[in-house]
Amino acid sequence: MTPVAQLSTDALRIDAAQETERIAASIRDIVFTQLRRKGAVVGVSGGIDSSVVAYLCVRALGKDRVQALFTPEADSSPDSLRLGRAVADDLGIKSALEDIAPLLEGAGCYRRRDEAVRMVAPEFGPGYKFKIALPSAGGDSDYAIFSLVVQSPDGQTKTVRLSPPAYLGIVAATNFKQRARKMIEYYYADLLQYAVAGTPNRLEYDQGFFVKNGDGSADFKPIAHLYKTQVYQLAEYLGVPEEIRRRPPTTDTYSLEQSQEEFYFTLPLDKMDLALYAKEKGIAPEAAAPALGVPADKVEKVYRAIDMKRRVAKYLHAAPILSA
Amino acid sequence: MGVDKETIKQKTKTFVAENYILTSNDAISDDDSFLETGIIDSTGVLELVAFLETTFDMKVENEELTTENLDSINKVVDFVCVKTAAKVEAVAAKGDA
Repeated sequence: MTPVAQLSTDALRIDAAQETERIAASIRDIVFTQLRRKGAVVGVSGGIDSSVVAYLCVRALGKDRVQALFTPEADSSPDSLRLGRAVADDLGIKSALEDIAPLLEGAGCYRRRDEAVRMVAPEFGPGYKFKIALPSAGGDSDYAIFSLVVQSPDGQTKTVRLSPPAYLGIVAATNFKQRARKMIEYYYADLLQYAVAGTPNRLEYDQGFFVKNGDGSADFKPIAHLYKTQVYQLAEYLGVPEEIRRRPPTTDTYSLEQSQEEFYFTLPLDKMDLALYAKEKGIAPEAAAPALGVPADKVEKVYRAIDMKRRVAKYLHAAPILSA
Repeated sequence: MGVDKETIKQKTKTFVAENYILTSNDAISDDDSFLETGIIDSTGVLELVAFLETTFDMKVENEELTTENLDSINKVVDFVCVKTAAKVEAVAAKGDA
């Protein structure tokens, strides 16, 4: 059993300079040698992960071979575009703004989503905002059961448990967003003969925090082996703007701001990193509990939740299966 | 009058079999954990709860969403028996008042 003293964020500390050069060499090999492509397309969301990927691609391929894309839609925070532009400006790379709201409107994304919301909140309409949220792992429920949080135009909020059709309807409709973004990325990849860079970190990749054939699709994923806390270490080393490094990760998906913990992870991200690491290392729940800040029985629930998400993630990761 | 235990069990097993037992490899015993066998995930629990509420005319409160109540056929049956018996008692008490 690993002593508790060893379970801290120090366990996840890396040599940022060394890791940067290692990943850059890997990107060059993947893009130029294995894929025979001339550069990389990076969807830059203004978040830490896509920012680090952009910086790494420039380090690997040179600034003339990286295309940044900004793909806002109706529910995107204006900060996302502003911060994305800051990354592109700092790196001196070419960028393109593609507003995907009309595409989503045409596909019925917003209409389908709002119809699903109204299954449990019939009053939902113009001027209303919403998000879906999980209880924290420190709470009493054994299950990750989503609730809908609705805010009326006058600021009143209510929380209601989602029915299965409403939950599935909201997620299915919202998934249009990531798939639309990927469509645009591959347009540029085809146009420029570039490869598409994926931006998931280890937690997201392992736990299935991505949309199948949406942000889960890419030609290479240069930070999928890094814990989120390690991504932050690289961000500091690479000189990612401080405002991005300080910005709390959001899903930037719903009209009410939603943290990634509320949507998917149930623990703060630095704790989820540790939980994943602890589980990988076979650290017993009672030994991991102090560092994770939840009781040992809740750590068991977190470990079970990690396994459950991995089972779901199998389908998300699966390539087409041939019958032959 | 509440629904008898055997009927609750049969209806529950039928629902689970029709929705989550997709192949013979998925077959489970009445005591097997849904979560540990991977038969039912959190979305599936939502569906199971919706089925119980509709079929047995009961309300599952947020604090009752626990593995103790919902994580196997037998646990679900015991939970429904408690909820429906409580409902029968409440109706009877109201009638006496």
